Amino acid sequence: MRKLYEMSSDLPVLNLAALNRPGTPAGAARFEPSLVHALLLVTCFAASIGIAQAQAASGHPSVLTTLLKWAPLILKGFVFNIAISFLAMAIGTFFGMFLGLAQISLLRPVRKGAWFATHFFRNAPWLVLLFYCMFLLPFKFTLFGTTVPFPDWMKATLGLSLPVMANVSEIVRGAIQSIPTGQWESASSLAFTRRQTLWMIILPQGVKRMLPPWMNVYCILAVGTVLASVVGVQEVMTLTGDALSSENRPELLMPFYSFVLLLFFAYCYPIARWTVAMEKKYAVKI
Amino acid sequence: MQEFFDWFRWLYDSTGINLTIFYDGFDRSRFVNGFFTTLKLAFSCVVLSVVIGVIGAWLQGSRLNFTRKIVYWYIQFFRNTPPLVQLYFFYFGVGHLITGPGGVPLVTNIQWAIFALSLYAGAFNVEIFRSGIEAVPTATIEAAESLGFSRLRAYALIVLPLAFRISLPALNNNLVNLVKTTSISYAIAVPEMLYVSNQIWSDSVNVPEMMNVLLICYVSLVGILVWLMHKWENAMRVPGMGHA
Repeated sequence: MRKLYEMSSDLPVLNLAALNRPGTPAGAARFEPSLVHALLLVTCFAASIGIAQAQAASGHPSVLTTLLKWAPLILKGFVFNIAISFLAMAIGTFFGMFLGLAQISLLRPVRKGAWFATHFFRNAPWLVLLFYCMFLLPFKFTLFGTTVPFPDWMKATLGLSLPVMANVSEIVRGAIQSIPTGQWESASSLAFTRRQTLWMIILPQGVKRMLPPWMNVYCILAVGTVLASVVGVQEVMTLTGDALSSENRPELLMPFYSFVLLLFFAYCYPIARWTVAMEKKYAVKI
Repeated sequence: MQEFFDWFRWLYDSTGINLTIFYDGFDRSRFVNGFFTTLKLAFSCVVLSVVIGVIGAWLQGSRLNFTRKIVYWYIQFFRNTPPLVQLYFFYFGVGHLITGPGGVPLVTNIQWAIFALSLYAGAFNVEIFRSGIEAVPTATIEAAESLGFSRLRAYALIVLPLAFRISLPALNNNLVNLVKTTSISYAIAVPEMLYVSNQIWSDSVNVPEMMNVLLICYVSLVGILVWLMHKWENAMRVPGMGHA
């Protein structure tokens, strides 16, 4: 039997455009990724090694051996990137939370100030903020007579946490404002104060809505940590660059950079999938 | 105009605030060129990434399974890897393979920057356009069909204009991000605003001043863009379709 949407007629109204629309579940099933496709990516990576091998001059160790030789160092750098991303996320979330709450303050100057800070740090490029922190923060400071060193990576972490803070601030504000006004009204009719309403009614509901965009910001931050290499922090890109310059073989460039790309992909892709799943779960059903 | 420039020299002499980009002709022309390089880079990337987004959304809506798969992995790969490493990969890795006679690179660094950044932003644009097309209510298309529109005409005259308006806020967001991301082409020595500022503060030893100038320039550039886009969004709003 012919399916309904396969029928066609010269009267457009009978063609049931909706069912024929591509991209919708009826028109074409949405593609579901699987492990096989992930293997495809690894194959692409292997191909880049192959291309490099084909170019290599004789008398050198093979591209794969060289890559394996440097892999522990690159991986160490990558772990450092992840550590920076955790720390920057923690700092950014902590301050972003307060900035977001300040954005809905009843006091006009506080609200305006928080709005300005949020948009300032959101509009500034990450790399420029990083340079700013790198050059203008002292490398050590004296606290109660003791000198505390302030290493490069700490400054970079602080520089990365500034845009995170601004993004978290917007997420918090957006989530709070997306809770129906009825919740505020019923809370006040039950004699909750503004603070109680916020902490006991609005924020617990908002957290669910904040989580997916918050994880999105984390993904962006995780891939953003490589920017620290531009200002000289010893992380994955810097170490890869060091490895490449000590080998001094141009054909290694592509496989080494593909390796770094693959590392980040392997880390961020599962988080992105998880975020999408969470978005679906917490989506407001209309 | 000369008095205006001289004022900055006086400012330096009296307070030590050294804004060479105002009173020094060489630094000024460098900075202005850097500013326009950033604009050029941003504009080319915006146009190219929107084109990639439209083509990608069209391929993703196709009935062919393999085009959907290719587009899916393109999106996922470019979204989940650092744009800086992508840039290095193309400029150093692929650029090394594409050389003309005598080992001269055929593609310049600015061209690679435009290419890599457009691919990066394009990956986001595909998703944005696709969700915009999917968000057009089925009833609207059915209404168009009942008025005798053919599929193609309904698509071109009803779906696309609505989808464009729906995806505009997300698109603007991404384009603003793209403009900010152009600063990473500093890493492959594209003479854009960050790169020339670095040169200027190395030559004139005025790091704090140039840092602040740079930050103010970027924030106002992006601020103006956001403001314009917001106005455009409001002007294009469809009554009854909800608002962002």
